[in-house]
Amino acid sequence: MDLRYTPEEKKFRDELAAWLAAEVPAHGKPPSVHDWPARRAYDTSWQRKLFDAGYAGINWPKEYGGRDATLVEQLIYFEEIAKANAPYVGVNFVGLLHGGPTVMAEGTEAQKQAHIPRIIRGDEVWCQGFSEPVAGSDLAGLQTRAVRDGDHYVVSGHKIWTSFAHVADYCELLVRTDPEAPKHRGITWLIMPMDLPGIDIRPLPTLEGEGEFSEVFLENVRIPVENRVGEENDGWRVTNVTLRFERGTAFASDMIQLQAYVRNMVRAAKKITSHGASAWEDKALRREIGHLYGELESLWAMVKLSVCEAKATGVPGVGASAVKLYYTDVYQRATELSIRLLGRAGLSRSDVGDLSSHLFWNRHFNAISVSIAAGTSQIQKNIIGERILGLPKEPKAAGA
Amino acid sequence: MDFQPTEDQKALCEGIRSFVEGQVPNERFPELEKSQGFDRALWSELAEMGVFALRLPEDEGGVGLGYSDAVLVFEELGRRLVPGPLVWSHLAAGLVDGAATGETVVGGLDLTSPDPQPLLVEHLESLDVLLVLRRDGVYRVDPRGLAAKPVEVPLDPLTPVHEVDSLPEGERIGDAAAAARLRLEGAALVSGLQLGLAEGALELANAYAKERQQFGRPIGGFQAVKHLLAEMFIKQEAARAGAYNAGATLDAPEVADVERAVASAKVTAGEAAIRNARTGIQVHGGMGFTWEVMAHYFLKRAWVLENAFGTQDEHAERIAEILEASLG
Ligand SMILES: Cc1cc2nc3c(=O)[nH]c(=O)nc-3n(C[C@H](O)[C@H](O)[C@H](O)COP(=O)(O)OP(=O)(O)OC[C@H]3O[C@@H](n4cnc5c(N)ncnc54)[C@H](O)[C@@H]3O)c2cc1C
Repeated sequence: MDLRYTPEEKKFRDELAAWLAAEVPAHGKPPSVHDWPARRAYDTSWQRKLFDAGYAGINWPKEYGGRDATLVEQLIYFEEIAKANAPYVGVNFVGLLHGGPTVMAEGTEAQKQAHIPRIIRGDEVWCQGFSEPVAGSDLAGLQTRAVRDGDHYVVSGHKIWTSFAHVADYCELLVRTDPEAPKHRGITWLIMPMDLPGIDIRPLPTLEGEGEFSEVFLENVRIPVENRVGEENDGWRVTNVTLRFERGTAFASDMIQLQAYVRNMVRAAKKITSHGASAWEDKALRREIGHLYGELESLWAMVKLSVCEAKATGVPGVGASAVKLYYTDVYQRATELSIRLLGRAGLSRSDVGDLSSHLFWNRHFNAISVSIAAGTSQIQKNIIGERILGLPKEPKAAGA
Repeated sequence: MDFQPTEDQKALCEGIRSFVEGQVPNERFPELEKSQGFDRALWSELAEMGVFALRLPEDEGGVGLGYSDAVLVFEELGRRLVPGPLVWSHLAAGLVDGAATGETVVGGLDLTSPDPQPLLVEHLESLDVLLVLRRDGVYRVDPRGLAAKPVEVPLDPLTPVHEVDSLPEGERIGDAAAAARLRLEGAALVSGLQLGLAEGALELANAYAKERQQFGRPIGGFQAVKHLLAEMFIKQEAARAGAYNAGATLDAPEVADVERAVASAKVTAGEAAIRNARTGIQVHGGMGFTWEVMAHYFLKRAWVLENAFGTQDEHAERIAEILEASLG
C-alpha cells in the first residue's frame, strides 16, 4: 500500500499540468448547453488538441494512436483534468469510452482502420443505440429487428434515450437478428452511419428541458453487413465487453470535480445569509459539508484501490459496481444539499444575484440521472448481491 | 503508486485472522463477558503476534512495520470483535515500558475533545497505566488509586466502563504536539477496527440470508434483503478505502494532507460500522434482537468506537475547517 508516485509518474503529472494550464484558458468557455452544434465543435476541437499533444486516448494502445498510459498515469490524468477544469470527453463519450474500445477489441482490421484514428482525433462522434421503450434494464429484451437482404441488414425499430444522437456520425446499434433464439442469443452489434435514409431522430426533452438524448426511429435502414462487429447473434457477448469499459473509470474525472463543486458550495454558503449570519456559520451545515467532503476523499481512495486491483488482474474489478453506487449516493446528497442551501433562490434555475443557481441545479439534475443511466442503482445492487455476495439470482423472465 | 495490499501485508492479515478466529470464537464470548472482556493470556499472545510492537523499530524490539500494516491488523481484530484497550496499548509501545510486550496493559482517555464530560474510562480494572491526552500534552496516570466507580450497565458487554470522579494530573510525558499526534494515530487505527466491524457484520448477515428460509426461499433471494446486503457491501468498501488511505497517508505524509485523510477515514468507517451493525440486526429479524446472535455486539462496539478519538461530527467539523482554509 504505497501512495508515493515514481519519478516518471511525477514527471507525467507535471508535464500534463503545465500543458493544461496553457491550453485550458486558450480553449475558451464552453458554449451554451442548448447549442448542440457549438458543443460538438467545442468538444471535438478539444479532443484534437489532446491528440496533437499526445494526450488523447489515454488508455488506448499506441498502435491505435493512444497513449497507452499506465493505470496510475490514468488516475493522474483524471485528477489533473478535473483540477484544471478542462473539458472532459463530452460528446466523445461513446466513441472514446464505449464504441471505440469495442471495435478495438472485437472489430475487423478494416473497421479499426475506418474508425479508430478518426475517433481519437475528434473527427467522428458516436452515440449508443441500446435502450428501447420495451428494453431498458432488461436490455436483452430489445426488439429492433434486422433482416438480412444480400449484403445488407434491413433494420426497423425504435431506440430511446439515445444521448448525442442528433450530433453523432455513427451509432453502436443493437438489433435482433434471430427472434426465435433465446433472447440473449439473437442479438447483433452493428455500426450504423447516422446519415442513412430511414433514420428519424426526434428530440426527447430531458427534465432539464434540453436535448441531451433523442428518440431514434428506424424504418428499413439498410446497414452493410460489413458493419457488423463480432458474429451474427453474438452481440450480447460483444455488448458485455462494452459495458465493462463503461463501468470502469468512466466517472473518475467527475468524482474529482465533485470536490471542486463542494468547495463552490462553501463559497456560496459564505455569501448566503440566514438569520443575520452567513449560512457557513451554521455548525450543522459545516458538519454536513465536512462529512461529504470526507466521503469524497474515501471515494477517490476507492477508485485508486479498484484501479490498482485492475492493474493486478487486467479487468475492472468487481468492486466497480460499488464505486459507482457510492459515487451516485454521495453525488446526490452533495448536490441536494446545495439546493437546500439556495433556499428560495433555488426557485430560479438562472443565477439570481451572485449565486450559481444554474450550476447547482444542472449538477443536481445530472446527479439524479446517474442512478438511472448505465444500469440503474437497483440493477447494480442486484449485481453486487449475486456476483459478489453469492445470493440467489433474480427470477428470469419466461423465454430468457 | 500501488495502493493494493502487498503480498507481505496479505500474509500478515492471514496470520492475524487465523489466530483470532482460533482464539476468539463465538463460543468464547459468554466467558469473555464474565471476565469483563479481558484475558491476560490472550493479551500476551496478541503481544507475541506483534499487535502492540508492530510499528516499533526493530532495534527497539519491534516489528518495524508502518501505519498501513497496523490498519490491516486492526481490521482483523475488529472483524472478530477482539476486546481490550488494543489501540491505546499499541500507541503506548515505545512510550510506556512493557506496553510492546504486553506486560504492561495501557489504556487511555482522550481529553482533547471540546467537551469530554463525563469522564468514562474503559477497561480500568485491567490497566497498569492510564494515558491521558490533554491539549497541552500527554500524561501518565496510575490507574490503581483512581477514585472511580464502575457504571452499572456498560453498553458493550466486552467493554467495561468506570466513571472517574476526579482525575489527577499525572506525569507529563509528551508535549501538545505529541498529544495531537497520538489522537491522529488513534483515530486512524480505530478506523481500521471500524472497517473490521463493518465486514464482520456483513459476513454474519450474509451467511444468515443464505441459510434462513421463509416463503420457501432463502431470504437473501428477496430483493429487499439482497439490496440491504448490497448497501452494506458498499459501506464496507468505502470504509476500507478510507481506512487504508489513512494508513497509507500516515506512511507517506508528503503525498497528501494527513489530517484530512484520517478524519475522512473516521467519518467513513464510523458510519459504515454503525450502519452495517444496524442493518445486520434487521436482516436477522427477531433473532437479531436476541443476545444469542452476535449481531448486537457489532452495534455496541461500533458505538464505543464512534466515541474514541473523535466522533464523526468532530472529524467532519475538522474537515470543514481544512476545506475552508483551502479556499484561500
Ligand atoms: C441521462 C441518460 C442518458 C442515457 N443515455 C443512453 C444512451 O445513450 N443510449 C442508450 O441506449 N440508453 C441510454 N439511457 C438509458 C438507460 O440505459 C436506461 O434508462 C436504463 O438502463 C434503465 O432502463 P429504463 O429506463 O427502461 O428503466 P426500467 O428498466 O423500466 O426501470 C424502471 C425502474 O424499475 C427498476 N427495475 C427494473 N428492473 C428491475 C429489477 N430486475 N430489479 C429491481 N428493480 C428493477 C429500475 O431500477 C427503475 O427504478 C440513458 C438514460 C439516461 C437517464
